Amino acid sequence: MSAYIFKRLLALIPVLFGLSIIVFLMMALIPGDPATAILGNFATPENVARLNAQLGLDRPLPQQYLIWLGNLLQGDLGRSFALNRPVLDEVIERFSATLILAGAALVLCSVLGLLAGIVSAVRQFGWTDRMITLFVLIGISTPSFFLGLMLILFFAVNLRWFPASGMYAIYGGGDLPDLLYHLVLPAVTLAAVATGVIARLTRTAMLEVLRQDYIRTARAKGLSERRVIYRHAFKAALVSVIPVIGIQAGFVLGGAVYIETVFQWPGIGAMLVNAISTRDLLLVQGGVLVVATSYVLFNLAADIVQSMLDPRLRR
Amino acid sequence: MHSTVEPLMRVEGVERIFGGRRKLFGGHRAGVHAVQDVSLDIMPGETLGIVGESGCGKSTLARMLVGLDQPTGGSIRFKGRDIADTLRNDFNGLARNIQYVFQDPVSSLNPRKTIRSILEAPLKHLLGLGRKERAERLGTLMDAVNLRPEFLERYPHEFSGGQAQRIGIARALAADPELIVLDEPVSALDVSVQAQVINLLADLKARFGLTYVFISHDLSVVESVSDRVAVMYFGRLAELGPARALFADPRHRYTRLLLDSVPAPGKPIVACEGSEGDLPDPYDPPAGCAFAPRCPAADDLCRSQRPALDAGAVDGAHLAACFHPPLLTGETAGDGQL
Amino acid sequence: MSAVANPRSSGRPDAVRLMLNNRLATGGLVILVVMVLLALLAPLLPLADPNATAPANRLIRPLSEGHLLGTDALGRDILSRILWGLRVSLAVGISATLIAAFFGSLIGLVAGYAGGRTDNLLMRGVDMLMAFPYILLALAIVAVLGPGLINALYAIAVVNIPFFARNIRGVTLGLARREFVDAARLSGKSHLRILTGEILPNVAPVIVVTMSTTVGWMILETAGLSFLGLGAQPPQADLGSMLGDGRRVLFNAPHVAIVPGLVIFLLVMSINLFGDGVRDVLDPRLKSGALARPMGRTAIDPRAGDAMPAPATEAVLDVVALKTQFQLGRKTLRAVDDVDLRLREGECLGIVGESGSGKSVTAMSIMGLVPTPPGRIAGGTIDFRGEDLLGASDARIRQLRGGAVSHVFQDPLSTLHPLFTVGDQIVEAIRAHQSIGHREARTKARDLLAMVRIPNAAQRLDAYPHELSGGMRQRVVIAMALANDAELLIADEPTTALDVTVQAQVLSLMNGLRREKKTSILFITHDFGVVSAICDRVAVMYAGRIVETGTARQVLEKPAHPYTRKLIDCVPVLGQSDRRLDAIEGLPPSVDDLPEGCAFAPRCPFAQPECRKGEIPLFALADERAARCLFPLSAAREVVDA
Repeated sequence: MSAYIFKRLLALIPVLFGLSIIVFLMMALIPGDPATAILGNFATPENVARLNAQLGLDRPLPQQYLIWLGNLLQGDLGRSFALNRPVLDEVIERFSATLILAGAALVLCSVLGLLAGIVSAVRQFGWTDRMITLFVLIGISTPSFFLGLMLILFFAVNLRWFPASGMYAIYGGGDLPDLLYHLVLPAVTLAAVATGVIARLTRTAMLEVLRQDYIRTARAKGLSERRVIYRHAFKAALVSVIPVIGIQAGFVLGGAVYIETVFQWPGIGAMLVNAISTRDLLLVQGGVLVVATSYVLFNLAADIVQSMLDPRLRR
Repeated sequence: MHSTVEPLMRVEGVERIFGGRRKLFGGHRAGVHAVQDVSLDIMPGETLGIVGESGCGKSTLARMLVGLDQPTGGSIRFKGRDIADTLRNDFNGLARNIQYVFQDPVSSLNPRKTIRSILEAPLKHLLGLGRKERAERLGTLMDAVNLRPEFLERYPHEFSGGQAQRIGIARALAADPELIVLDEPVSALDVSVQAQVINLLADLKARFGLTYVFISHDLSVVESVSDRVAVMYFGRLAELGPARALFADPRHRYTRLLLDSVPAPGKPIVACEGSEGDLPDPYDPPAGCAFAPRCPAADDLCRSQRPALDAGAVDGAHLAACFHPPLLTGETAGDGQL
Repeated sequence: MSAVANPRSSGRPDAVRLMLNNRLATGGLVILVVMVLLALLAPLLPLADPNATAPANRLIRPLSEGHLLGTDALGRDILSRILWGLRVSLAVGISATLIAAFFGSLIGLVAGYAGGRTDNLLMRGVDMLMAFPYILLALAIVAVLGPGLINALYAIAVVNIPFFARNIRGVTLGLARREFVDAARLSGKSHLRILTGEILPNVAPVIVVTMSTTVGWMILETAGLSFLGLGAQPPQADLGSMLGDGRRVLFNAPHVAIVPGLVIFLLVMSINLFGDGVRDVLDPRLKSGALARPMGRTAIDPRAGDAMPAPATEAVLDVVALKTQFQLGRKTLRAVDDVDLRLREGECLGIVGESGSGKSVTAMSIMGLVPTPPGRIAGGTIDFRGEDLLGASDARIRQLRGGAVSHVFQDPLSTLHPLFTVGDQIVEAIRAHQSIGHREARTKARDLLAMVRIPNAAQRLDAYPHELSGGMRQRVVIAMALANDAELLIADEPTTALDVTVQAQVLSLMNGLRREKKTSILFITHDFGVVSAICDRVAVMYAGRIVETGTARQVLEKPAHPYTRKLIDCVPVLGQSDRRLDAIEGLPPSVDDLPEGCAFAPRCPFAQPECRKGEIPLFALADERAARCLFPLSAAREVVDA
């Protein structure tokens, strides 16, 4: 097992390397003069020239990349001109807020999705199954940003149960209950689509597994239906659902862009949208790099969990 | 008797290793030795049976004979010409002479093509026949495999396994080849249909003067169709000889075990219990005879040295790679052997 | 394969569900068509100018005069803007889908077919793109290209290429290994011809399905970018940017946001519904609704079981007039019809037949292991040691399963759970029936493995099934079946998947164990050689019925039914290679379309007109010997024929 993990960690190196190349090229391929693009149209020619030299933009591309990578490894992602602070500081601050939101949503959608999928498969064609199928359909067809707006309208404006925006109350907040209180609506919104996808896949996977020969063997051994379904079938279904949860993590991390905008959550998604509008490209680059890296790491974790469940994958 | 007739195909020291590349950080990753050092001749007009259990390399060998796979060592000559050369220039040149019948009749037919377009492909691409000649030839082919001509417009899923296999045979016949390699052609069929196909193959062989390489795991089927038989074990030839002699007096302990294992009325069950009956590790083949761990007669010689194919030979036609072959009928122990 | 072993081909949803599925898809299609038509006709409809601002009329509520859906913050007519916006959203979504489908499928096809280095290179690139969270990558692309509708379109298309590429590659890879590709190669087709002529037609449905399931997302995602202000730029509007505008006035005029939001929802939902319908039609493998889940026990017709009182016999198993049927749509397959079996203590009874003869279904019916749906026991009685099994409670059946009655199935790889060690699986079987601790059960499991002659039993307990050879796996299954001292062992083709030398080992093992433990065995097989090796008595089945029974010796040496005779003769026997095989002409009948009279009559060389009429009973020929034939073969008859 540890050999497998080590192998997976080794395989991570080229992926992260490729990732850095793409992110680097993102900047290099910006049409027109990058320095002008970075500094904005009203930058003075001296500033443009200074930045060009500073970024080494007058050198060939591979060399530029190596310089950039060197800076990156020292934790230097450049400076955001709009915020006038190091990109790394801003990104880390924002990313922790996103992690809270996305983490909560991911837990929520995994638990709810798996539960709904199992119940749906076990009660196949019953009314519970039909209700779940209907909710799943609505869930995956609703734009999350629209759902967020509607939840605000209903639960924040009409019922006044939850706050409409922000991460903490402006006055006197800042503790954990306050955070959770602010977290409910955005986390639910963010989890909605992923819950639907996971539920759907769990249902299909369970139904697929329940017709396998080894389930018949389990029954022929005289095991209770409960044991057959929750031990034998669920474990096998989980193996095919876990990679889906890994992929959903990507959707949740990306979807945070909308949800953070709608709920004014001070995360990295909202930061990216602002940075794109203000053409603060170094900030965009840093943000993308961090989120993508975290996604890669998460998928690695999903792979490892999957191989812990399935001995056939440990090779 | 071999010297008078030139073999149609000559397989010499053929080897096929899968995988096995240099590792990223030094060292050499071992490959799977699927086929090793196989040499045999296929005489015109004969049926050569190749028999062995799963994983013995018989299908890999079959695929190399038709050019669907290339050996990593040794050579295969068809009418004296190395097929590797033929393949380099013109794959179709080989396909015109050597054809193949697949094990799974249903999966060897494209589900989205009519039988007509499946059977027309070799006529068009291999023989370059015009429309009219093709129609004529299609009629002959369907007749040869006892299928009604109106089946031509149907799709594969409308056929039973036996019918689908007849179509597979018709396709192999279409290009008018000299040699047909049949890879487990009846294993996927129901017993009552197997006999139909076996009989059909015998009729076609007589009618068109074909040469067959017939691969199967089923000893009784191989015995009933073959003139000569090759027994494979763990990628190598264990025994090669005329069918009758080989089945009556096997000269390899493995062949003996195979024959004894086939259940038949009035015969007690014989089971070899030596060392789990498992095959050796294909990544790390043993130095000696691969069958030694299961063999009742194995000694240090068997475990340390690999027997050559003539180690247990009776004569030039009946060869066996065994240091301590079972006795022939009428032969008595005490000729200085084991 | 019998119906039990392969329920996929026979498993269909009930008609109601099928209709509901269809109705949903049809509903989706209707909504979709209406929306597309409205979008297409927008220029011709009497609509207000979508971009004409009228500050005096700002934020009018819906259902007002002149403004059916109200107006937005600039006083523009929402209905008109919605229809024009719908045009834009549809156009962008569909174009993005087409672009992604084209490039993605191309990459997938080439990578999957070429394999090797090309595949590696292409898929590494695709993996690289997939290392980015979906929306983030789209954002990054927009960041580079700058906000705008066309740039958003490119971004969404690029982001979806990997998805198509992966899907199509997977399918292509599977197809490229199929034998028909090799066959086409040997038919002289070039690689390009094979790719376009053989593989593409099989991949095309998958491309269509993938498109129909992704176009909804793509519309959502473009709307999302516009919502964030990165897609459509004013004055041009798509549904997403309208929603974004509405958000600014959410609290005082929610309709400005709700209307475009609902339209997006309706559009995406109708596409998803329709897409599911398309998928169900084109890709049966993925049919989510059609996979019926087999229940824990076969459904039993309430009439079954009370037909006759259980005869008091010393038999271990007594099956009388068993009928098991499969309901497929409107068709009823009578897989097992009127089957009688009796099995004494320590006896081995073989059931012999070809695929589809009902032999496995008979065996699986005994402990209710025929999958329901579609299977159902429609009549008869099954008694185990005088106990009525069809009338027994589920709890009682569970107690017997794996306890007094155990099973060995055909393919030991698929019958063992791949994710548990063999030790765990045996321990579980023991502890389901004996109240002993885990440690004790494990010791017992080790002894069982040793009993079935598995070397290093203690270490093998921790092996997973895939780490063992086929023969070893089947020994594990047998060990598991013997864990609770079963009185009856039901073995369904236990050696068919094994090599002949391994088969001999397993047969000898089973034979030894049954003599030692006096276990009764019901042995299902298609191989008369195997029958002769292990069975005391035989029942031959054809088209769901027993056509002949007797001792193994009698039946093999002097078959009475022409089918039995033919079935024996059409199999080559070692040492008799000169005999031309006596093939049975024709094909076995399908059990949903049986001829009147004897089911074998159409293939029988001795059939008389009487054979094709009425019900033909099982005639007793001697003690324990019977044949379902009006003209059973006798020695005299064979002489005449010869």
